[in-house]
Amino acid sequence: MSDSAPVIDVHGLTKSFGSTRALDGLDLRVERGEVHGFLGPNGAGKTTTLRVLLGSVRADSGSATVLGLDPWSDIPALHARLAYVPGDVALLPGLTGGEVIDLLARLQGGHDAARRARLLEMFELDPTKKARSYSKGNRQKVALVAALASRAELYLFDEPTSGLDPLMEEQFRHCVRELKGDGRTVLLSSHILSEAEALSDRISIIRAGAVVETGALSDMRHLQRLAISAETGHELHGITDVPGLDDVVLEGNHLRCTVEPAHLAELLSHLTAAGIKTLESHPPSLEQLFLSHYGVRVDEDDHA
Amino acid sequence: MREENAGTLAMLRLALRRDRILLTSWVVGLAATAGFSAAATVDLYPTEEQRVAAAEAINASAAVVALYGRIYDPTSLGAVSMIKLTALGASIVGIVMLFVAIRHTRGEEEPGRLELLSGGRLGRRAPLTAALLLVAGASLALALLTAVANTAAGLAWTGSLAFGLGWGATALVYGTVGAVTAQVSDSARAARGLGLVVIAVTYVLRAVGDLAEPGPGPLSWLSPIGWNQQLRAYSGERWWVLVLPVVVSAGLVVVAYALRSRRDLGAGLRADRPGPAVGSLQTVGGLAWRLQGRILLAWAVGFVLFGLILGSMAGSVDKLLTSPAMKEFFEKIGGTAGLVDVFLGAMVAIIAAIAAAYGISAAARLRAEEVEGHAEPLLATATTRVRWATSHYAVALGGTALLMVLAGLSVGVSASAALGDWSQLGRVLVAALVQIPAVWVVTSLVLLLFGWLPRYTTVVWGLLAAFVVVGEFGALWKLPEWLMDVSPLRHAPTLPVSGSGVVPVVALTLVAAAVSATGYVGWHRRDLTG
Repeated sequence: MSDSAPVIDVHGLTKSFGSTRALDGLDLRVERGEVHGFLGPNGAGKTTTLRVLLGSVRADSGSATVLGLDPWSDIPALHARLAYVPGDVALLPGLTGGEVIDLLARLQGGHDAARRARLLEMFELDPTKKARSYSKGNRQKVALVAALASRAELYLFDEPTSGLDPLMEEQFRHCVRELKGDGRTVLLSSHILSEAEALSDRISIIRAGAVVETGALSDMRHLQRLAISAETGHELHGITDVPGLDDVVLEGNHLRCTVEPAHLAELLSHLTAAGIKTLESHPPSLEQLFLSHYGVRVDEDDHA
Repeated sequence: MREENAGTLAMLRLALRRDRILLTSWVVGLAATAGFSAAATVDLYPTEEQRVAAAEAINASAAVVALYGRIYDPTSLGAVSMIKLTALGASIVGIVMLFVAIRHTRGEEEPGRLELLSGGRLGRRAPLTAALLLVAGASLALALLTAVANTAAGLAWTGSLAFGLGWGATALVYGTVGAVTAQVSDSARAARGLGLVVIAVTYVLRAVGDLAEPGPGPLSWLSPIGWNQQLRAYSGERWWVLVLPVVVSAGLVVVAYALRSRRDLGAGLRADRPGPAVGSLQTVGGLAWRLQGRILLAWAVGFVLFGLILGSMAGSVDKLLTSPAMKEFFEKIGGTAGLVDVFLGAMVAIIAAIAAAYGISAAARLRAEEVEGHAEPLLATATTRVRWATSHYAVALGGTALLMVLAGLSVGVSASAALGDWSQLGRVLVAALVQIPAVWVVTSLVLLLFGWLPRYTTVVWGLLAAFVVVGEFGALWKLPEWLMDVSPLRHAPTLPVSGSGVVPVVALTLVAAAVSATGYVGWHRRDLTG
C-alpha cells in the first residue's frame, strides 16, 4: 500500500436494521496521518459506521476498505493494526482494570509496559479495582488506556470523552496530538463539537446515515455565514435590501444579523454610510456549522 | 415504609409487561401438563384393580421412588396419575419461579436499568416487592389453573385443589429462595446457580427420605418438594402441611428485605476486594476458563455428591419389593440384576438431563457476553469470532463430558459399594460415557440458535424441558414415536450397554458436530447484536 492511499475508504455504504435505515449511502475517506472528526447527532449512524469498519456488522451494500483490507473478512490481520474504544464501555465485571487492559493488549498482539504505566498515571486510574466498581468515566479510561497502550496504525474512538471530566479530557487530547505527531491515523466520532474542533484536521458531518459535508474546518468556514453585530451613528435605512442577509434584528441604531461572506462588502458600505461606531464579526463556530446542517436556526444570543 | 415501596405498582406493571408471554406460557404449560397426564391416566387404568397393580409396581421400584416419590393410596386414580408431577413437577415449578424472582430483582440491576428507574420516584424496596408480588400472583394462578385442569380431566376436585395448591406453595417457596439468593450473590448468574443448588439439595433430601423404609423418612420433611408430596393430594389430603411452605416463604421474604436494606444497588453483600494490577490472562480461552471455571467446579462437586447419593440407593432396590407377588413378577422379568440395571440406568439418564442443563448454561454464556457488550472489545482485537466462540463452547462441551465422567465414577463407586459388586463400576461408567454425545447434541442447539437466531438462544431451555417431558410422559400421552424420537436424550444407549450401542453414539456425535458447524457458520455471517 502506498502512502497516498487512504487509511479508510468507504463508498456508498448502506445498512438497515429492520425498517430503520442506519446508513444510507455513506462515503468516508480518511487519509494517512490525519485526525478525522466524525460528527453527528445521536442516531445519525456514527457507531454503525464504526461497527462496519470493525467487522461487527456487515453492510448491506457499498464498499469499505480499512488499511487496504476488507473489514469483514480480514479481521485478524486488520485488527492487529488498529485500536478501538467503544462509546459504551462494558468491562468484564469480575476482572480488574489492569487485567482487562493487559488481556486486550495481549489479544492485540502488542504490549508496551512503559507506555501502559505512563497512561495509567496520566489518567489517574487505579488498575487494582474490579471493573464492576468503576464509574462510567473510569470504565472509559480503562478502554482508552488499553487502546492507547497498543501501537496501532489506526485508532477508532467512538465518543471517547463522554464520561471524562475536563481534566481527563485534556489528557485525552494530549494523547491524540501525540498519536498525530507519530504519524498515526485517528477517526474520532463525536457529538462534542469543541473536541473535534480542537483536534481534527478534517471533519465529516454525518446526518441520517450519510455524510453531508466533509473537509477541513477552514474550508467549511467560507461556505458559512458571518455573524455581525454593529452600532451606527444614524438610523439604518433599507438594510433589508442588502442581499444575502438573514436573522436581522434591528433595534434603533443597533443591528444584529448574519451575512453571506460574498455580500459582506455591501453590508459594510451600508454601515459606513450610517456612521459605523462599533463592529463585531465572528466566524461561525463549529456549533453553528453543525446546526445549520440540521435545519436549526442559530440564534446569535446563544453565542454572544 | 411507604416511601421505600413507592413505585411498586409501576414496577409490577413493567414486570407483567415483560413477562406476559414467557410466564403465561410456563404457567399454562405446566397446568396443561398436569391436566393431560391426568386425562391420559384415567384412560390407561380404568379399573381400581389396574391402578393398584400400577401403584404397587411404582412403590416397588427404587428408581421410581427416588425420582418421583411414593404413592400413598394405591387405589387413588389421582395419586397414580400425578406421581411423576409431584416431586419432579414441583422442582420444575420451583426452577421457573426461582428464575422469575431473580430476573426481576438482581437481573434488573445488572444492565443498570434499575438504576435508571431509581432516579424516578422509586422506593428502595419497590423492585423486590414487585418481584415478590409477581411470584405470589403467578404461584396462585398456577395453583388454581392446575386444580381446574385436573378437575376437568376427571380427577376429584378436592385432591386437584390440594395438588394445585401444593404446586403453588412450592413455587412460592422457591420464588422467595430466589429473592434471597438475588441479595447475597454478586450477579444474577451466581444467584441462579445458588438457587439451583438449593433446589437440587432439597430434591435429593426427599429422594433419600422417600427411599427409607418405612417411608417417608425425616429427611423428606426437610424439603419443600417433600412437603408437596406429604400434602398427599388424592390420598387423604393433609391440608395442614400447607402451613410449612407458607411460613418458610414468609421467613424468606423477611430475610430478603433485611439483606436488601444492607447492600447497595448492583453490589453483593461482600465488597469487592482489590485485585491484581497486572493481568496474567493470555488468551480468550484463558478468559473463558476464568469466567466459567469456578462455576464448573461447583457443578462438578455437586455431580459427585449427587452421584454418590443416587448410587448408594442401589442397595435399596430389592428392599422395596415387599409383596411376594411383586417379587415374583420382577424375578420373572430378569431378577434383581435387571432391577439394579433399571435403577442405575434411570439415574444415569436423569444425570444426563442435568448435565445438558449445564451444557446449555455454559454455551449460552456466548449470548450473554455478546448482549452485555463484553464480546465487542475482545472481537475488536486480533481475535477471530470463531476463536472467541470456541473459547466458551469448549468449556460447555468439555464441562459436560467431565460432569458425566464424574457422575459415572461416583454413581458407579457408591452403587458398587452398596451392592458389594465392583463390576458395577465399569458398567455404570460406560453407561454414563455413552450419554455424552446426546448431551452434546442438546448443547450444540445453543450454538445453532446463537448463530442464526441469537435473540432466541434461551429457547433451548424450553427444548430441554420438552425433551424431559416427552421422555417422562410421551408414552403415557401416546405421542407418536417420531415425535418422541426428536429428543436426543432418548437415543443414548442405556444399561446394560452392548456393542450395538456404538451406532447411536457415533450418530449422535456426528449430529452434534453437524449442528455445531451450522451454528458456527451462522455466527460467522451475522451482525453482532445487543
